[in-house]
Amino acid sequence: MALLGQTVICGLLLGGMYALIAIGMTLIMGVMKIINLAHGSLVMVGMYVTYVCYRAWGLDPYLGMLVAMPVLFLLGCVIQHFLINRLLEVESVLPENQVLLTVGISLVLTEVIRFIFKSDYRSIATPYTGEALLVGGMSISIAMAVGFVIAMVFTYLLHLFLTRTDLGRAIRATAQDREAAQYMGVDARRVTVITFGLGSALAAAGGSLLLPLFYLWPDIGHLFTAKAFIITILGGMGSTTGALLGGLTLGVAESLGATYIGMGYKDVVGLVIFLLVLLFLPHGLRSLVRR
Amino acid sequence: MHRYRIWAAVALALLALALPFIFNSPYYQHMLILILIWAALGTAWNLLGGYCGQVSFGHAAFFGLGAYSAGLLYLHLGASPWWGMALGPVVATLVSIPIGLICFRLRGPYFALAMLALGEIFRLVFLNWISFTNGPRGILMVAARPGKILFYYLALAILGLALWWSYLLIKSKFGYYFVSIREDQDAAEALGIPTTRYKLYALLPSAFLTGLVGAFYMNYVAFIEPNVVFSLGNVSVMIILVVILGGVATLWGPTVGAAMYIALGELFRAQLGAANVLAFGVLVCLVILFLPNGVVGEVDLFKRLMGGKRRGDVGGSLGSP
Repeated sequence: MALLGQTVICGLLLGGMYALIAIGMTLIMGVMKIINLAHGSLVMVGMYVTYVCYRAWGLDPYLGMLVAMPVLFLLGCVIQHFLINRLLEVESVLPENQVLLTVGISLVLTEVIRFIFKSDYRSIATPYTGEALLVGGMSISIAMAVGFVIAMVFTYLLHLFLTRTDLGRAIRATAQDREAAQYMGVDARRVTVITFGLGSALAAAGGSLLLPLFYLWPDIGHLFTAKAFIITILGGMGSTTGALLGGLTLGVAESLGATYIGMGYKDVVGLVIFLLVLLFLPHGLRSLVRR
Repeated sequence: MHRYRIWAAVALALLALALPFIFNSPYYQHMLILILIWAALGTAWNLLGGYCGQVSFGHAAFFGLGAYSAGLLYLHLGASPWWGMALGPVVATLVSIPIGLICFRLRGPYFALAMLALGEIFRLVFLNWISFTNGPRGILMVAARPGKILFYYLALAILGLALWWSYLLIKSKFGYYFVSIREDQDAAEALGIPTTRYKLYALLPSAFLTGLVGAFYMNYVAFIEPNVVFSLGNVSVMIILVVILGGVATLWGPTVGAAMYIALGELFRAQLGAANVLAFGVLVCLVILFLPNGVVGEVDLFKRLMGGKRRGDVGGSLGSP
């Protein structure tokens, strides 16, 4: 029983942090209608920024993320403005060209980081890395618990931003119907640039929260891309609360899979759920609620 | 015009046959074989992804299945992996049928993601099913192997088969149906094209050829491992990038793309060292931005640019105002 409880709680905590990354992806997907396969690489870049802050100035990763987020916001804006938006004007045979461009961007980001930091595995050791809370026979890692709380705070702040501010409303309007939003005076191009920046900043935040828990190396980005798009599809494209639910679901499913089926098959569980949802619940978990 | 084309084809075939003797060193022959492998993979992918518009991020599944068919035959039965060249494509084709029937319900990016997930599932299962596949230790073949020249001609034959099938399919009713599905699936359906069945007709030869190349790869390299042959980044995505470089939905695009990929890859490796993949990534971004239909796909653009200049020169010499 304690094992089951521990497994579920551990999954929920991790899932909350995954959700933060996925919310970034779902924002971009909602507004741009493209799958951003560079998202995990943005997470990875954010993690390296936080890592450098830690190594250079001894900055705690939870403070380092305050550096990583603006840096990644700028990087995201630049990518959207100079690369992806440009592609809207280009005629091509395959409509998936934007997705393929994000693959190219992900390749470039990964290799730039590999060029600077080499492929070595890196990790940071904070005073609380090995610490754990003991609750009724279950041990809960402090880093996970703190990360989860911060992730939830950010999700709530983002929710406030999207519902209470003009810019947030403009983003939601563009996601709903780009042309109608433009008729209402929304500068859709500017909105796409800001959304991509915002999504990248959230990716950086999620990555920084996970930094005390994961080894860091340039190829870790692929792992997060896979998780983020699984969660996004689980939650239904473009839905923030959906992404949150999807993140928690994936976290618990992976954690149960790792405990009861085997560590190696942990990721298979996530992918199989993803395929099933894609086929039978095309609007994500929301379609269950509506029925 | 027709006669000119036949002579061009004959000259090209002779050149292809003579190449391993022109570049008579194992290093260059290895490069040539790699180009042929990637060209065949790209041509196979192009049938489904280019002409039919179903962008698959999971072709590594078929490649890996082909390679592992040969490898497992050798591992468990001690049979020569050459038999894998017969079994591999059949296994890949058979597996592609349920995959197609499941994934063709999805469209556009959703199809791409579903195929990506399937490819990854195959990789993870082959990685963890250690009793059957040897897991991450992979399969190493210890046997006398023929020289590179034989492999070159075999790879050339596979590429020839891929190009021949593509040519036949594109010129027939199938090709037009494929393109109509890519351009507007609803319209194609409204005109009475059974879209799912025709997508499957594009997938079957694509999977067969990819499996065949996979089995060839096992014979040539003599070592396979799930993370190599089922790789998302180094197989599935690279196939797509090769086709994008050369030209989507063109017969010769994938071959040109493969030659560029291998040649530039080697050049970058020699000149830039560790930054070679970086240079390739930048190149891919530039091609998508400025030559969205690849080098072969934009031939008209080049011709127009060249032609435009020439006309401009003539106009200038006539002293137009």
